[in-house]
Amino acid sequence: MTVEKLSLSEFKGAMLAIADGMIASKDLLTQADQAIGDGDHGIGMARGFEAVKAMLSEKNFAQIEEVFFSTGTSLLSSIGGASGAIFGSFFMGAAKGVKGCIELDAPGFKNALAAGLEMVKKRGGANIGDKTMVDALEPAVQAAMAYNGNSLGELSLQVYIAAEAGMQRTKTFTARIGKAKTLGERTLGFADPGSISITLIFKFFSDYLKQMA
Amino acid sequence: MIKKVINNPKDVVVETADGLILAYHGDVKKIENSNAIKRTEIRPGKVCLLVGGGSGHEPLFAGFVGENLADGAVSGNVFAAPAPDQILAATKALDQGKGVLYLYGNYAGDNMNFDIAAELAESEGIATKTVRIYDDVASAPLERITDRRGIAGDLFVIKIAGGAAAKLDSLEEVYRVAAKARDLTRSMGVALAPGSIPETGQPTFTIGEGEIEIGMGLHGEAGVSREKMMPADELVSRMTDLILKDLPFKSGDEVCLLINNLGATTMMELLIVNRKVRALLAEKQITVHDTLIGSYCTSQEMAGFSISLLKLDGELKQYYDLPAKSFAFTKG
Ligand SMILES: Nc1ncnc2c1ncn2[C@@H]1O[C@H](COP(=O)(O)OP(=O)(O)O)[C@@H](O)[C@H]1O
Ligand SMILES: [Mg+2]
Repeated sequence: MTVEKLSLSEFKGAMLAIADGMIASKDLLTQADQAIGDGDHGIGMARGFEAVKAMLSEKNFAQIEEVFFSTGTSLLSSIGGASGAIFGSFFMGAAKGVKGCIELDAPGFKNALAAGLEMVKKRGGANIGDKTMVDALEPAVQAAMAYNGNSLGELSLQVYIAAEAGMQRTKTFTARIGKAKTLGERTLGFADPGSISITLIFKFFSDYLKQMA
Repeated sequence: MIKKVINNPKDVVVETADGLILAYHGDVKKIENSNAIKRTEIRPGKVCLLVGGGSGHEPLFAGFVGENLADGAVSGNVFAAPAPDQILAATKALDQGKGVLYLYGNYAGDNMNFDIAAELAESEGIATKTVRIYDDVASAPLERITDRRGIAGDLFVIKIAGGAAAKLDSLEEVYRVAAKARDLTRSMGVALAPGSIPETGQPTFTIGEGEIEIGMGLHGEAGVSREKMMPADELVSRMTDLILKDLPFKSGDEVCLLINNLGATTMMELLIVNRKVRALLAEKQITVHDTLIGSYCTSQEMAGFSISLLKLDGELKQYYDLPAKSFAFTKG
């Protein structure tokens, strides 16, 4: 059995699981940023998801979009830097895709992903090949759009697999954006830290759905 | 772990601000709900200048708040741009009804966070304009100048913009003068050894024994080349040459010169650098109006220095020469 959809409180639980997973990934993400950036990505993401955790434990929600939006604003205001703006924009954008929903189903998740990607591109201007998290996010959104079933569990696994493949491809790109951009060729062979983060977010979401089934 | 005189690494940003505010002896105060400071006395009706960026580069930015300088500064975490709500809180605390000029180094994180803050400020009826500083000639070719990073040349742009904001009463005009100062500033750095982030205790990059990197950025971003250590005169000649031909600076030009310590380089070495820079400028018949030597824009304990030149014209000189008073830059 796979999970078809999440109730509001289950979705809140999923966001909490993502937050715990991201906090536990601090060292891995920091090491990735030490290789090609300035070595702070894990610190920022951990700080951001600590804030998300605190927010989730304090707030009550009436709609799915509020969970997405508050997650976005928590990240935006606690991380700072490039990743605060980018990951904050992703979740705040995703909220626009699920307006009025009180459950999250497969079509809703697809809409959320597409709206999140749109916001990230609008804010940061990065395209495929620039060696940013967009290289993992955009193929994940494409995989979601290609999925025709109605299982949220299956959909989230497809999304994670596509993001992971996109993240692996960033190893073959030279950075053109962000602090890694001036390292140019020296970034070859290393995955972009932000692309690892978005992949992990999808992984923790998919894992949560798997253990529910 | 690299040794640092700190308490809990998570508290460095707040404790740095506390120490700085005390050092200002009442000339600045903390802005509520933000890791930002503002001048205690701001003339009503004045166009305000807000500077900011990641922490870890002290005394930049918060050390340059004061008379004829910035009206406020907002600081992010170490090497990370401040978040939009922090910038917005500072904007609201500063605005005197004439708008706020944002002035900061050109990095993806700063650009996005200040842009979001500008949109939020606009929706609250506060006008802002933005000048991004991109003085580092090593970070991108001239055709892509807006891809360049902002480094120690920030100080010259803050000095001029601060003067303009004190004297001119339209945001547009202050913006014009600040952008002109930015366009006439060029810098280049060299790194001998890395700095480290307090929370990880790890160096931001690795570099071989006896190696240096010419043009390396403030966060360990790559420069133009990695080389064996070389005598000061040879190193300074190469850096100065790249700076001079970029603008280009020409015979008869009048400049301000900044030799900036990136953290761990001694005053002795900076003075040796200055000696050679001056010889090279004299050779080209470029005159030096003012010289600043010291720690203005650092990267923790990074060893190395940068050279910055600002080309003056009549208008810029008038603003540069205004007296200024702040924690890290005072001019009679
Ligand atoms: N314009 C952009 N669009 C999308 N993602 C971006 C952009 N700029 C940076 N990023 C992402 O942010 C990550 C860097 O985050 P982080 O290290 O936390 O910030 P900073 O660069 O301010 O130190 C990169 O790995 C990249 O994936
Ligand atoms: Mg980073």
